[in-house]
Amino acid sequence: MSTPLLRLDGVAMQYGKGEASVTALSGIDLEVQRGELVAVMGASGSGKSTLLTIAGGLTAPTAGEVTVGGIFLSTLAAKGLAQMRRRSVGFVFQDFNLVPSLTALENVTLPLELDGWRGIAARSAGHDALRAVELDDRADAYPDDLSGGQQQRVAIARAVVGERRLILADEPTGALDSTTGELVMRMLRRRIDAGAGGILVTHDSRHAAWADRIVFLRDGRIVDGTRREAPEQLLVSGGRHV
Amino acid sequence: MSVRQSLLAILDQGPCYGYQLRAEFDRRTGGTWPLNVGQIYQTLDRLERDGLVAKGESDREGRAYYEITDAGREAVASWLSSPVERQTAARDELAIKLAVAATLPGVDLASVIQVQRTAALALLRDLTRTKDSIEEPESPEDLAYLLLVDAQIFQVDGELRWLDHSEGRLARAAAAGVARPLPINTEVPKRGRPAKAVQS
Repeated sequence: MSTPLLRLDGVAMQYGKGEASVTALSGIDLEVQRGELVAVMGASGSGKSTLLTIAGGLTAPTAGEVTVGGIFLSTLAAKGLAQMRRRSVGFVFQDFNLVPSLTALENVTLPLELDGWRGIAARSAGHDALRAVELDDRADAYPDDLSGGQQQRVAIARAVVGERRLILADEPTGALDSTTGELVMRMLRRRIDAGAGGILVTHDSRHAAWADRIVFLRDGRIVDGTRREAPEQLLVSGGRHV
Repeated sequence: MSVRQSLLAILDQGPCYGYQLRAEFDRRTGGTWPLNVGQIYQTLDRLERDGLVAKGESDREGRAYYEITDAGREAVASWLSSPVERQTAARDELAIKLAVAATLPGVDLASVIQVQRTAALALLRDLTRTKDSIEEPESPEDLAYLLLVDAQIFQVDGELRWLDHSEGRLARAAAAGVARPLPINTEVPKRGRPAKAVQS
């Protein structure tokens, strides 16, 4: 099997020390391959968002190892971590986190320009990413002129622009209505199928159902994981997709 | 019963013979509720008995066409304007299972819930993939089929939300000491109706 996009090995996270310490995560082993979306579900406070920040190198775990594309994050200094995030990891948040004074295209190309890409190459990659989420015709629009669903699609384009292949999404449909949320999940799924990989933190089962695997966290531990199997009986027998 | 009413509503579009009616029902429901032609004719017989359809002339191939009556049209209008009555939670197999399990000693209720949750999520993923195969409906048949898939998705989603809610309720009840086994009541239940007080 090829090098996983993301690997968490015995990851633990503890806040505080001694009797006052709180364990947010404990003994987490998790791999994400290219073309794979893993949904993480669990009650509030179960450690879902902590897991995401550790996976993206925003927080260092108190135990265990994280590798992104085969690189051990513990070996990187702050500058190296920032570079790894710009090049390899795309975050998608509930509230989109687009820069309001930049156009859709400028938002998408921002991580590339911060990484030293030349303008023409960055713009070309930005258009490719926007095209992939069917929004290239709105490249010059500002976030305020886009609907919530369109803004989230821009955020997905930003998450996969250039060489970025690891998408870390935290409740990406939380601020969207049901139909728009479904459209965003469809776009996210398409990017995964095109060779990205990622983690989707969600409390919504309907959106977790777009993942290949669903992992449940309870009190900082993985208690169950389900993998997407070969199609079986999709509706009742006689259904046209059976 | 929705099959009977659906067949009647289709006949409101024009006369049909049995096989034709089955085909019309199939294309409107994506084949998700397969009916045999015997069921179709049985339903047509009952509709005819109730005065909602009338058996018309047969064609040269011997196919008998059924036509809706005025009373049948009224029945269709009434069906479309009335809510569908749902099964109550008290008769729901899963709700009964969890309610009874909560009164038994030595049952890991979290595990009961997780087993159900895993199965429901697997079904939800299959249904989502089915939906993913039709990006945008391109025909009335696609649209009808997607409506049925969405209905199943939302039903399973509702079950999952109920499981989450029940997990929280059970945890709070356990903390309050309310979630505990219910032993068999050894007092013999009295048979018959309770005796009424004698009135003077």
